[in-house]
Amino acid sequence: MSARRLLIIGGLALVVAGMIFGDMFAVFVLHQNANRIGEALMAACAAVATKDPASVTGHFSNIGSLLENRGTKVDAHVHAIDFGYLALLLAIIQPYVAFSERTRGRLAKLFLGGAVMLPVSVFLIHYVGLSYSPLSAIGWSSILADLGGLMVIVACLGVLAGLWRYARGSRETTSASGATRDQNWTSRALLSGGTLLILAGFLHGAYYAVFDLRSHETQDQVALETMINASVAQQNSASPNMRDARVVVEGYGMIQAEKAVNIAAHSHIIEFGLLAILLAFIQQYVFLSERWKRRWAAVMLIGSVMLPVFVLLELQFGLIAGGIADAGGLLVIIALIGMLVGALRYIGQVDARKGAGA
Amino acid sequence: MSGSRRLLITGGVALAVWGMGFGLYYALFAEHQTLDKIGGSLAASFRDAAAGDLIGSRASLQTYADTQFDYVRSVDVHSHWIGLAMLLIVFGVAFDRIRLDESRKLLLAWSLVVGSVTFPLGVILQTLDRGIMPQAIAAVGAGLVIIALAAIAPGFARTERN
Repeated sequence: MSARRLLIIGGLALVVAGMIFGDMFAVFVLHQNANRIGEALMAACAAVATKDPASVTGHFSNIGSLLENRGTKVDAHVHAIDFGYLALLLAIIQPYVAFSERTRGRLAKLFLGGAVMLPVSVFLIHYVGLSYSPLSAIGWSSILADLGGLMVIVACLGVLAGLWRYARGSRETTSASGATRDQNWTSRALLSGGTLLILAGFLHGAYYAVFDLRSHETQDQVALETMINASVAQQNSASPNMRDARVVVEGYGMIQAEKAVNIAAHSHIIEFGLLAILLAFIQQYVFLSERWKRRWAAVMLIGSVMLPVFVLLELQFGLIAGGIADAGGLLVIIALIGMLVGALRYIGQVDARKGAGA
Repeated sequence: MSGSRRLLITGGVALAVWGMGFGLYYALFAEHQTLDKIGGSLAASFRDAAAGDLIGSRASLQTYADTQFDYVRSVDVHSHWIGLAMLLIVFGVAFDRIRLDESRKLLLAWSLVVGSVTFPLGVILQTLDRGIMPQAIAAVGAGLVIIALAAIAPGFARTERN
């Protein structure tokens, strides 16, 4: 299989895997984890009320562990998808990498190996911890994650060296990129749709930065101060009443949720826009009828709008909006699987042609 | 290769290298210390309150808020520089598909490149000065990117009619 096809298949598979993982994380982990953080914060407030500084440290250590659990899963989700994007980008620029097909194939395999190893290892960090580690502060999962990152960096440096050779006049590579000339309806829809999605994400981000970001930061600080004051007010009580502190902790949770949905909507709509543009370039490698290509592009764009819009509406409409947002994510996944099948069919077609030629 | 494409691709690669360099510097020399400071100062504010030291508690909370302010912007700048760099490269590959004359495409390319540099620059400057100037720089940069995107999207669609 050529380096370009390997990167297209690998890139699409990484994006699909990252998105499925993200959907599962959102449904089964995210909200439950946020509730546990709220409980730990409430326990810290109770420790303040009972004048127990040692317990405060324990509760914050628990919050740290919960944040690590969430953080590593978000990292795994983001890295799998972003490496998928990078694989698609590398596939697009393959005609300008002035190395033999064999060398480009090796670089592609090295890249994909690292791109799988890093997110899987990051996911395992929370579970493996320091077990059997030769080092006192870094566990095996972190070591393997770093190794995966190194493989990706080496592969990218190799590609850069190939681009440098091309710029200096070497032409070991095959034909120039047909991907950049492909102008069918599906490609154009994905290009203009993707640009509009990025524009919408930028406008939303600018609105959030101007009107909400500073106020969220101030509210965050005020809520924490009020939480502490409400707990301190109970310090001289024989049986502390934590009702006020609980109300503030719940309010603090709402501020975090508002920040989270805004950031999630902003980042998802821009990422989907970028994905749509990248997919526009690989349509010639999707061996499906034009009608099916259009369908998958439309499904992809509809899902790309649904997910961020309904994530934003989650605070007003709760689980219903959350469910619709998840359905939007599912539409994008289905469209990507459709295109992945088309790319696999393309390989089958090329192999069949080779077989017939032999 | 046209001038606008060359500008977008070289600008994108340079910005990606710059963004990654900034991220590497931040990860090696600042991030762990900053995260420790955020977690440590928040825990300290609760611990001080439990020990009856409200003045210490407020000071720790202020340290937490200030450090968090800087951290959010530093991470945002890193991801925005790299994200915008990727956008520049991808647009550089596709720019020939826009049915506009080269001088307009060059203007759009400059708008994208300058906006992609100055918007995150304004954001990171807010960690040094919380006045109006860094916000204005960020706003102008974001405005340039938004205007360019608004012109590029119909440019891609227009090809269909032609």
